Amino acid sequence: MDKFEKLIGIAAPMPLVNIDTDMIIPKQFLKTIKRSGLGVNLFDEMRYDREGNEMPDFVLNKAQYRDAEILVAGDNFGCGSSREHAPWAIKDFGIRCVISTSFADIFFNNCFKNGILPIVLPQDKVSILMEDAEKGSNARMTVDLENQEITTSDGVVIEFEVDAFKKHCLLEGLDDIGLTLEKASKIDEFEVRLAQTRPWA
Amino acid sequence: MSPKTLYDKIWDAHVVDESSDGTCLLYIDRHLVHEVTSPQAFEGLRMAGRPVRAPDKTIAVPDHNVPTTEGREKGIDNEESRIQVEALDRNAREFGVVYYPVDDVRQGIVHIVGPEQGWTLPGMTVVCGDSHTATHGAFGALAHGIGTSEVEHVLATQTLIQKKSKNMKVEITGKLSPGVTAKDITLSVIGETGTAGGTGYVIEYCGEAIRALSMEGRMTVCNMAIEGGARAGLIAPDETTFKYVFNRRHAPKGEDWEQALAWWKTLFSDDDAHWDKVVTIKGEDIAPVVTWGTSPEDVLPITDHVPAPEDFDGGKVEAAARSLDYMGLKPGTPLREIEIDAVFIGSCTNGRIEDLRAAADILRGKKIKDGLRAMVVPGSGLVRAQAEEEGLADVFREAGFEWRLAGCSMCLGMNPDQLSEYERCASTSNRNFEGRQGYKSRTHLMSPAMAAAAAVTGRLTDVREIN
Repeated sequence: MDKFEKLIGIAAPMPLVNIDTDMIIPKQFLKTIKRSGLGVNLFDEMRYDREGNEMPDFVLNKAQYRDAEILVAGDNFGCGSSREHAPWAIKDFGIRCVISTSFADIFFNNCFKNGILPIVLPQDKVSILMEDAEKGSNARMTVDLENQEITTSDGVVIEFEVDAFKKHCLLEGLDDIGLTLEKASKIDEFEVRLAQTRPWA
Repeated sequence: MSPKTLYDKIWDAHVVDESSDGTCLLYIDRHLVHEVTSPQAFEGLRMAGRPVRAPDKTIAVPDHNVPTTEGREKGIDNEESRIQVEALDRNAREFGVVYYPVDDVRQGIVHIVGPEQGWTLPGMTVVCGDSHTATHGAFGALAHGIGTSEVEHVLATQTLIQKKSKNMKVEITGKLSPGVTAKDITLSVIGETGTAGGTGYVIEYCGEAIRALSMEGRMTVCNMAIEGGARAGLIAPDETTFKYVFNRRHAPKGEDWEQALAWWKTLFSDDDAHWDKVVTIKGEDIAPVVTWGTSPEDVLPITDHVPAPEDFDGGKVEAAARSLDYMGLKPGTPLREIEIDAVFIGSCTNGRIEDLRAAADILRGKKIKDGLRAMVVPGSGLVRAQAEEEGLADVFREAGFEWRLAGCSMCLGMNPDQLSEYERCASTSNRNFEGRQGYKSRTHLMSPAMAAAAAVTGRLTDVREIN
């Protein structure tokens, strides 16, 4: 997994609430058997018309946000399906950090597995960042995972919380499966106990 | 011992290891797999040279992409869908997991097949790369959706890295009124709490109205826990559960059954257990409901009217305006005057035998409105066979419904079963998101009986008005 340490980039504002995973990556793109190449279809039905032309009003089609690396979004971002294609598409587009007041649980977890940092902040803090994001490409936001700080283009510093284990994995780019397999003997022991106590399971 | 919730008890019975920060390694009893979210996970195993740790606890079935028309066993026309299903065929064989291919009568939607075959049992941990895994919570199993990276993790280790969620109790007291079903309960709960109301929680549904539900109804309720933001929904197992599970193909038998039953009977929340959040709804207050917008929380009794954006607060004002525009609806319109173009009965929410019976009861001896497109997609080959045996298939056909083969179908339209632009559908599925059933399509969620009633009149209809 790619490491996430410090990101200095353009933030795109998407204040709409309840942005679901069908909006992030519609179903027709779930038929792939690969993880890569989904960025071009990120937010497909909001981003393109039926003929495949870009819709100029959509935020990521605007010149100042085409290279956005941070998304500041409305409440309950990533609700709906468990499709990891959503974070794959976000990452493939080039976005490494999403900030909102709340995320759907499965999407939130999926981000960490793909080197994306989702940050939960109270509404007043998200509003400050949303305003900063609206300044466009002249405004660079800094997300510092080590110190758990976001700095706006005006130098306003906002602290954020992150799960210690997930932070460690992101900073080091660690692979979960490798870590778990170090505990294989504990899984073996559990299975021995299970065979005795719940043999039907 | 300190009092525990049902969730606490199942969690504690599955902890393999706990770190000082509370991160746990949780053992997974059943891993359900389908073709959309698994190819990258199997590929990951292959690249790392890892086997599937517990192939006999891993159950695979193609459901999302499969056509629901006759002759599908000869191959799928859509190339990408075919490749994905073929990849599952190959992966299932290569890694030796339990598999129900498309030509097996037991094939169906993964969340219907699991319980039907007795793979899902009380007290288990059940995961699948699909958010509607919450369905299995109806058995008092801790069941939730996971992403593809986690699918690979479970395939390789039979465990998940998890932190415990908070406990939420949703109590539905008293009795339901006539015409009100499990679907109305689960939609009404989401209407009350919002789509993020359950985020960070595992919900336990309880109360007299929940106890009175069949297993089919309980699965409908738990299925949509995810639409309320909760990863998992649970219902404590009882005699209804045990009766459903007894003698299922993969359920324990003989002495194992007795031993299992003794443990299952301990699976309930203790009287003085701690709840982080409690929601209580009177069963009598729940009406037959429909959704009007593009979020499952946009739900109202069928007797109500389309709301206006200014009826809401905060970010929901803009979202409601966007929803109304997308849905082509004007504020103030009675919901019962909204005309529809299509009806879909099926999905992991409402594709079980009881759902088909409820719809057929409304349709018996009636015809669907002229010009309407209506389709029934049973949740599994076995549900389909049973419905044929009970004569339900004839009721649907005679009413003018298409009688299809099992799969996810128009719930999400990954197969050819899709709505056209601006087509409006009365649907028994679980999501009314923009584009969910087809590009620019318009979905109204409701119960099978309500969908059948809408099919007869050609508009959203109060099922209580249909004789």
